[in-house]
Amino acid sequence: MFSFDLLLDAVVIGVLLGCFYGAVSLGLSVSFGLLDVPHVAHPAFLVLASYAVYFLNEHYAVDPLVAGLLITPVFFLLGLVAYRLYYETFEKRGSDAAVRGIAFFFGVAFIIEVLIILQFGVDQRSVTADYIGRAWRLGDIRIPYRLLVAFAVATALTVLLTLYLSRTFMGRAIRAVAQDQEALRLMGANPIKIKQWAFGIATAVLGIAGALLIIVAPVDPTLDRAYIGRTFCVVVMAGLGSMGGTLVAAIILGVAETIVLTMFGASWAPAISFAMLLGVLAVRPQGLFGRRS
Amino acid sequence: MTLSDTRSPLLRISSLTKRFGGFTALHDVSVDIRPGERFGLIGPNGSGKTTLINCISGAFRTEPGTVLFRDEDIALLQPHVRTRRGIARSFQIPRPFRSMTVAENLMVALDFAAHEHVSAAQRRDSMMSILDQMGLGPKANVSATQLSQVELRKMELARAMATHPKLLISDEAMAGLSSSEVDEVLDLLLSLASRDITIIMIEHIMQAVMRFSERVMCLDAGRIIAIGSPSEVMADQRVQEAYLGT
Amino acid sequence: MTRNSIAFWTGSTVFLVAVFVMTQVVGNQYPFFAGYVILQFIALAVAWSILGGYAGYVNFGTSAFFGVGVYAAVFLVKAFGAPLPLQILAGAAIGALMGFALGLLTLRMQGIFFSIATIALTIIIETTITNWRYVGGAAGIQIQRPAVTAPFDNYVQMLFFVQALLVVLAVAISRYIQNSWIGRGLQALRDDELAAECTGVPTLRLKLLACVISGALMCAVGAPAAMYLQYADPASAFNLNYSVTTLAMSLIGGTAHWSGPIIGAILLGTTQQLLTVTISSEVNVLVLGLMLVLFVVGAPEGIIGLIRKLRGDRKEGEV
Repeated sequence: MFSFDLLLDAVVIGVLLGCFYGAVSLGLSVSFGLLDVPHVAHPAFLVLASYAVYFLNEHYAVDPLVAGLLITPVFFLLGLVAYRLYYETFEKRGSDAAVRGIAFFFGVAFIIEVLIILQFGVDQRSVTADYIGRAWRLGDIRIPYRLLVAFAVATALTVLLTLYLSRTFMGRAIRAVAQDQEALRLMGANPIKIKQWAFGIATAVLGIAGALLIIVAPVDPTLDRAYIGRTFCVVVMAGLGSMGGTLVAAIILGVAETIVLTMFGASWAPAISFAMLLGVLAVRPQGLFGRRS
Repeated sequence: MTLSDTRSPLLRISSLTKRFGGFTALHDVSVDIRPGERFGLIGPNGSGKTTLINCISGAFRTEPGTVLFRDEDIALLQPHVRTRRGIARSFQIPRPFRSMTVAENLMVALDFAAHEHVSAAQRRDSMMSILDQMGLGPKANVSATQLSQVELRKMELARAMATHPKLLISDEAMAGLSSSEVDEVLDLLLSLASRDITIIMIEHIMQAVMRFSERVMCLDAGRIIAIGSPSEVMADQRVQEAYLGT
Repeated sequence: MTRNSIAFWTGSTVFLVAVFVMTQVVGNQYPFFAGYVILQFIALAVAWSILGGYAGYVNFGTSAFFGVGVYAAVFLVKAFGAPLPLQILAGAAIGALMGFALGLLTLRMQGIFFSIATIALTIIIETTITNWRYVGGAAGIQIQRPAVTAPFDNYVQMLFFVQALLVVLAVAISRYIQNSWIGRGLQALRDDELAAECTGVPTLRLKLLACVISGALMCAVGAPAAMYLQYADPASAFNLNYSVTTLAMSLIGGTAHWSGPIIGAILLGTTQQLLTVTISSEVNVLVLGLMLVLFVVGAPEGIIGLIRKLRGDRKEGEV
């Protein structure tokens, strides 16, 4: 039944969940939003990071967040390599790079899925930490600590990435490359190097995002498919490449999902992100806070 | 207008305005193009030249204003219908069909824009005669991706000609060409005009505009600032200011 | 009829006769089970290429069309006990309508945004079916096969023959499109939509046509799958694997010629059937991923492209 309390509950949980969605979408906001790479394997990399965190937590009892930090350098390197490969085989050849690129990244996503299955099996995996499984009571609302952790880390990540893109030399170069590649080349900078670095950053962020994913809920190898919708919905709705917009769009998605969940049940949840994505694409393709007109 | 020509204009544009969000790209543009005229369209970058021809050829919808082509309001027609009515264009940056040969590029036009039912053999003849006329005969079976810049420009014009247009709009067909190539393309356009095709030529190369046009119109910031004979327009104070930038 | 057409129709007839004879002679059921899946993917890949290959609109919604075909059949069987031909026809009709809707999407979306939108459509339809109790919801539904009609003495054999008919139909349509003005128009709009429109090509009408034909065929191909599996559930019927497998087959074979998707589907489909039997279904997905990546990177024009390149090189060598 509908009640005001339930709605309030849904909104609070939705905002927290939304921040978490923001964190897992930040990388895509850079790779797809700023660099135009059709990175449908982004969620597969995310799940891969979760399994790496699971491995460290299970075998070496490393705290999941620390584990997430530990794997970021590896993911950074992975990102550098992935972009180089993408650039050499698609962008350089031009023409229908995006279309072949999306097929390529689907292939990569499937390979990652199967490798995870071969290594860890198809069962769900989760991590253990003090803050998992307990909750904070705020009046009648019960807020799981795991969501609070996700919320805090997500907000911090967004702020850090926004600062990085606006305050540092490299960050500004990344935003410049998204605007006008030729101008940058004329200034003597190598746009490919900058894009590669940006893709590295985008992938490195996935290390921590992957930790959040497995902190918030158990993961399984094909979880990436559900997150294709969520992450692309957030990035497209935000308007490609806006970090603050990413967080706001993610919160809208989070709240929408929890409200639908409360009112209609879990079986409708998977369609929410995709329906919003389709709606945004059809009505306002430049997103709510779009960089493009 | 106090012109001696009593024939109705081929193209009549009245009070055309085009906005993109808050930006007005064209402001209250009205002009008549007479049948068989060689019309030059000039103006600094961003003055609205390409916007105007996009409105004529149908790539953009216009809000206020009318576009009459042979006394028919075409403002609501889709681009391909306008092409079939007799409006053809080339593009500032050539847009060939890259997966096709030169001949196939022209066949698209003949397949889709030809009015009457003609046999495949007749179409082939028609295609070859256009290619020969454009000096592209030997390139008929070459892939469009392997053409030089000037050949690409010619192919764009040839493809436009294959739609059997009454009005041909050439959007900077000479940009980036050497001076001998400019003359080549200019001669082609003049020979087309001599066969009763009305031509609107957008160009930055002034000698070409002067040599080609019977009448010139200059746009600046979306408004017509001068229209008349080439020498009149060139002598106009505002045209000189627009070009030199004050 | 041209010589090519005579050869094509002779080949198709020989193929259908061979399939029919096989259903009458071969007693072992396994070849039909495996062969059905390969035929199904040939038809899907050929249908997909009409939009994805000729028109260049990369559709990731194959599973949506396939799944709707499956559920159209499920619904008709449960509600009216409809016979197989009616299931297929109904599937085609619904698929045509879905294709029309998809075609309208191309008005607002191109390139990767269109592709993402097709994934979105798939999940939305899947979720709707999951919440439709009448056809079993998330848990799925069992379907009883009716008695098989003569001259077949086994239902799977009949389905095998029916799917072979659908393959011939799909290939004939695809071949016709490629060789006609429709194919040239689609090719033009794939290369450059604005230039095509300004050359007189009615791009929207052609895109709608391609979407409707492609969608109707994919749904029709999905319809008999309900009877083949005797069971349907949303997670399997709408599995993204159908989309990626179909896409991979078309890209591996090459989309420049109607025979490309057939070659790709036979190659990848046969490999997958062998792997599923000998190793596991996980490895089968791994091979799909690897082959997709390898071909997109190494042979972007697919096997057809490789063959053309080899021929071209030889010609140049002779000159």
